[in-house]
Amino acid sequence: MSRRTNFRHFPGFMALGLLCMFLLYAPLIIVMVYSFNDSISVTRFDSVSLRWYRDVFFGLEAGKFRQATFNSLTIAIGAATVSTVIATCASIAMLRAGRFRGKLLSFPLLSLPLMVPEIVTAVATLIFFSAIGFAAGHATILVAHIVFCIPFAYLPIAARMQSIESVYEQAAQDLYASRWDSFRLILLPLLMPGIISGFLLAFIISLDDFIITNFVKGAGVETLPTAIFGAAKQGIKPNIMAISTLLLLTSIVFVSLSYMFGRVESNNKRE
Amino acid sequence: MAEQETQEQSSGEPSGERGIYEGLAYYLMAPAWVTLFVFLVVPLGIMLVYSFLTKEFRGGVIWEFSLAAYDQFFFDRGLFGDEPARIEWTYIGIFWRSLWQAGLATLLCLLLGFPTAFVIATRSGRWKFVWLFLITIPYWVNLLIRTISMKFLIRDNGPLNEWLLAIGVLDKPLHLINTDFAIQLGLFYSYLPFMVLPIYASIERYNFALSEAAADLYASRWYTLRRVIFPLVKPGVVAGCILVFVPSLGAFLAPDLLGGAKKFMIGSLIEEQFKGNIGNWPFGAAASMLLLSLVLVMLTCYALSQSRARR
Repeated sequence: MSRRTNFRHFPGFMALGLLCMFLLYAPLIIVMVYSFNDSISVTRFDSVSLRWYRDVFFGLEAGKFRQATFNSLTIAIGAATVSTVIATCASIAMLRAGRFRGKLLSFPLLSLPLMVPEIVTAVATLIFFSAIGFAAGHATILVAHIVFCIPFAYLPIAARMQSIESVYEQAAQDLYASRWDSFRLILLPLLMPGIISGFLLAFIISLDDFIITNFVKGAGVETLPTAIFGAAKQGIKPNIMAISTLLLLTSIVFVSLSYMFGRVESNNKRE
Repeated sequence: MAEQETQEQSSGEPSGERGIYEGLAYYLMAPAWVTLFVFLVVPLGIMLVYSFLTKEFRGGVIWEFSLAAYDQFFFDRGLFGDEPARIEWTYIGIFWRSLWQAGLATLLCLLLGFPTAFVIATRSGRWKFVWLFLITIPYWVNLLIRTISMKFLIRDNGPLNEWLLAIGVLDKPLHLINTDFAIQLGLFYSYLPFMVLPIYASIERYNFALSEAAADLYASRWYTLRRVIFPLVKPGVVAGCILVFVPSLGAFLAPDLLGGAKKFMIGSLIEEQFKGNIGNWPFGAAASMLLLSLVLVMLTCYALSQSRARR
């Protein structure tokens, strides 16, 4: 009887869902486990040790990875900051400034970096900088990252702004607040969760990027993904697994924080 | 996550009729317009121009109009270029292979992603949150690291084979790496969340009273899935397929790391043209243009079918 009335149940779906989870997590867990392997060979598991973590921080290639991490972080912070500012301005224009000429084309333009395949963007950017004679390096990576981070910052900010009714700002203006004050004191605080999640998304996307960076980085400048790719090309050594584990844990901490942040926000809204 | 918001965004109208910041629109929009125009639209235009130039042998171009890049892509004129033109199948074959691989990866994502999305949408409270959280985490983990992990797991002498041998399922190691299946697995692994999230969003809006009505009319469970649920959640399924298929088509990491050098796809073909001094920039630009047009045609078809469905 109860079997007949449960319309939300399909036999086998749960098993396939669990299979999905297994396929997603098995490789990550394996790499985490093997990063604590004492053996130099990646095929056999000897005993637990932190040997390869010491190698990452103090070993032969430590300098290279430290420099790459520094480059990655500075570029990601720069790109996320600039693209978040650009995206915030754009979303105010799109959602709070009434009609204007070119509005219809603005949304496709803002989402263009999502529609063009990454490798095509990479080729176009490389050719562009070479055509105008701009030397590849930190600056070219930064510019390229700002461009493709814009939609990732824009979408959460615009989504948040859509859920904020404009009556609050209208009320403020009825009480003679200037437009700057109504933005600074009313809209901005309400918008903050959207801005923060837009910034975090842009930051992660920039940190994650390999293809575009690989094309526009020029000789000598490495970010963490390009450095790891270069090292992994010669075979997956245990120190690569240690770095991967560190990055993986960083990502998980990051996304957990942003989830918790979002949950606290929605709880507040409910009260 | 972002993709769901795209849909809401594109259909949503601005909430304020008059607009509080009326008159400031151009100043606020200018940074985005300028950045995207100068550093994305213009570069795409220059890329189109470059595809019609003559190649410089040490990388780069000579500013002389030439159709050589497209000619090389589509036609074979023999070693010295004096034979009658025949159709060159190498590059068309690579494009065809990429379409095929991306299609199979999308199918794999759909076959596993749909039930997963269904399971997530029918959980309640805490469990729904946990499943969603677990599905999105891999999306936040560096794609390169995920691909390297997959490569490590399925190597000939990797942990997977070791276990399967140890528990006696296999007699000799399963050869997965550098096969087409490895590429599909890598693409599946890279883009699965893009499939699950839009489908989940559609199923979440599905009203299960319809299933009840179907059951009252003696429809079986699977018949209901096929004739009632599936048509209603189809927009989510189509969106998911596009979100997986498009990046798979131009993917570089999965084919390069998991497929080995021999299994060429579009991404690797393009990358090779810009590597060091051996490449051919106009040819790379032409191949990129062809890939871009392919993707834009597909997206336009999708957009048209969406707007027709809405009307």
